[in-house]
Amino acid sequence: MLDTARLRSPARRLATLALLAPLSWALAGGCAPGEPSPEEVARQLQTRLIEAEPGDVIEIPEGSFDFTRSLSLTVDGVTIRGAGMDRTVLSFAGQTQGAEGLLVTASDFTIEDLAIEDTKGDALKINEGRNVTIRRVRAEWTGGPATENGSYGLYPVQTENVLIEECVAIGASDAGIYVGQSRNVIVRNNRAELNVAGIEIENTVGADVYGNVATRNTGGILVFNMPDLPQEGHSTRVFDNEVIANNTENFAPEGTAVRSVLAGSGVVITANDRVEVFGNRIADNQTANVVIASNYSTGYADREQVEGYDPYPETIYVYGNEFEGGGQAPAMAELEQLRVALFGEEGRLPDVLWDGFSNPDKAATAAEAPPNGASICVDNGEAVLHNVDAPNGFQNPTVDMTAHTCHHEKLPAIAIAGLT
Amino acid sequence: MAGGARWTPSVRRSASVAPNRTRAGAPGRPRLARLGFALLGLVVLGCAPGSGPVRVHVDGAPERLSDWRVLRVEDGALVPNDGVIAYDLNTPLFSDYAHKLRTVWMPMGSRAEYRADGPFELPVGTILSKTFYYPLAGGSARGDGRVARTADDSTGVAAGRLRLDAVRLIETRLLVRRAEGWIALPYVWNQAQTDAVLEIAGADVELTLVSEDVVSEDRASAAGDEIPLGYVVPDLNQCAGCHVRDHGERSLAPIGPTARHLNRWIDTPRGSRNQLEEWAAAGLLGGLPAHDVPRAARALDPGSPDPLEARARAYLDVNCGHCHNPKGPADTSGLFLDHATREPRRLGVCKPPVAAGRGSGDLLYSIVPGRPEQSILVHRMASIDPGVAMPELGRGAVHAEAVELISEWIASLEGDCPVHEGLRTATSIGN
Repeated sequence: MLDTARLRSPARRLATLALLAPLSWALAGGCAPGEPSPEEVARQLQTRLIEAEPGDVIEIPEGSFDFTRSLSLTVDGVTIRGAGMDRTVLSFAGQTQGAEGLLVTASDFTIEDLAIEDTKGDALKINEGRNVTIRRVRAEWTGGPATENGSYGLYPVQTENVLIEECVAIGASDAGIYVGQSRNVIVRNNRAELNVAGIEIENTVGADVYGNVATRNTGGILVFNMPDLPQEGHSTRVFDNEVIANNTENFAPEGTAVRSVLAGSGVVITANDRVEVFGNRIADNQTANVVIASNYSTGYADREQVEGYDPYPETIYVYGNEFEGGGQAPAMAELEQLRVALFGEEGRLPDVLWDGFSNPDKAATAAEAPPNGASICVDNGEAVLHNVDAPNGFQNPTVDMTAHTCHHEKLPAIAIAGLT
Repeated sequence: MAGGARWTPSVRRSASVAPNRTRAGAPGRPRLARLGFALLGLVVLGCAPGSGPVRVHVDGAPERLSDWRVLRVEDGALVPNDGVIAYDLNTPLFSDYAHKLRTVWMPMGSRAEYRADGPFELPVGTILSKTFYYPLAGGSARGDGRVARTADDSTGVAAGRLRLDAVRLIETRLLVRRAEGWIALPYVWNQAQTDAVLEIAGADVELTLVSEDVVSEDRASAAGDEIPLGYVVPDLNQCAGCHVRDHGERSLAPIGPTARHLNRWIDTPRGSRNQLEEWAAAGLLGGLPAHDVPRAARALDPGSPDPLEARARAYLDVNCGHCHNPKGPADTSGLFLDHATREPRRLGVCKPPVAAGRGSGDLLYSIVPGRPEQSILVHRMASIDPGVAMPELGRGAVHAEAVELISEWIASLEGDCPVHEGLRTATSIGN
């Protein structure tokens, strides 16, 4: 049955108009139909994004498309879909304007099956929004690691209910996949390679990070809390990932938080609380397979911390991981000295390294205090925690596990309504 | 294959889209206008659209600026139409050295209501316009794209008229107050400078900025003071990037028409008058108090009476504070540069960057007191790299005078920022 009422609705008429639009644009530009100039292509896509309606699926065909200015979307409920992360390529190598490749400020947003390459700033930034899915998107700087590369590959910030899956992030001078100040997040089955930070969960409440491969980054998977922000993060589970040989020299610009990440760090937890690391395969990360640190180790001593900010990593639980190799060439002189002094010329640093800063209000000397609710607990077979005693200039490092032989209650799984 | 790929995008629209397409707070919805133009364009073309009183369009988005009749071309000059008032701000937003003609029009019998903070409450029907133009560089024709970089606002202006033989008009942006909220409409002037056309996806205009302020009549000496400028007309979403002050709410609002920005002395045929009092006298503004009207400093006026800190803060407020405020899109950075922020750390003093990425420029803090050269704020203002430059829009050129102002202010601040310890590569490995 033909629904005439629906045909007459503005939405239908406009959809028809939109389909005819490319031809008229091409004619207006004086080009042969179907072969608009790169500028026209960019304008067409941006026009689509501006005129989008909730429920629209904007499909970008196979091909490589050049952009000189960033794209943006502010309409809720839109899906952007390419023909595959190696088939539909949005290239920003010639970008002259805009701080991102694609900036989205909208909810109920899905982007899938395309690549964003060589942006001057972030590749894909989603600033505020609920129900965001990023699927099979590749964010890459094609020249490989370089300080001049953009900062973040896939970057949802101040978002809620976020799913990032089967994506690829390569070459970010900060983090390949970076979830900031968000809530209820799943990052699964992605690949992060040759970034400074492969995957970073920052100031986020409730994240599950699993099934990912993080390799050849400076640091593989990071769980961070930074000061000065409206939301402090907690409750992240990092499990069933492959975190292998993240030994790329740190190429982040000075001043960034990840600049402090030591090359050869597998999983890094900095100043975050209630973090579980379990069931991962973490191997050949040459500083340490797991690094647990306070904000004092991020390059900003800043003893006058921001009011209300907790600089200490607390309630950390490392268990059931498969560790192999690593710890043989720490990217810091003091740690290298410790390695040789404590474990011999051919020795390796233990799998779990802790900077040793702990809240003075909670324990006189954390290393000797009995385990408590805030402790860093390690229950991982032969693996030990190495307190390198950074607060005292690495004077009294220890592998005494007394304060770390403990358990925490396990965190619940993240569920996103309608997705999992 | 770059650039040449065939473009055959498609838009699929789900049947569940509600027929009511008006969404409060959404940017303009110009598609209906486009459709209307396609059908009626031929009919309209023959008319002289600029004549007659200001025309109110309660919905849609006219294709041409002249359809609004806010500005008109008369005797070789662009002038505000009858009832349209030009106004100025204490410290304007920098936009690649473009000059701006700002106007306001309100429906007969209505007026703005005074507020001490934030934009005045403007009546439904209000049209704000901002025309971006450059004085032509000396000796250049309008078509060659050579325009003057000068702080002198009087060039090409005579008795409130923009002389079209002396300026190049680039774009006119309208902010229109409708019953459902503000909409933004960017119009781009044609080569002949006879009208401007709606371009919701923005436009790029290639210009050469010729420095006039430091150059005399000797044209030869100007050769070294020319810089290419890819002037970017923002698209509709980018308009919202500045004009959405509350990022959660996402509704557009004007930035300029506030007590702080409008409270200044202006030249009138009757002598120097206070701009707000002129508005009140003309019946455009109600509720103006006799005392305690806030005033933003004049950041860069040569004769500004305001102290250094006030000028620096006014510049940061106007150019950065619309995003860098506790509710703005840059609240993700924890750096607040609006005039209301007082806490030094929030202002960037000894504050590490959060997500600046390579924008940090290998520097540790937004502001290091006494050390502008070590302050990320200055570094980003002095860059035109799109991945580094701040603000993100309208910054194809460095605002040299502002870099100097902010540097001077930071140099005047006292104090130190902490040094590092703990686990760290740079200090211990020396890479």
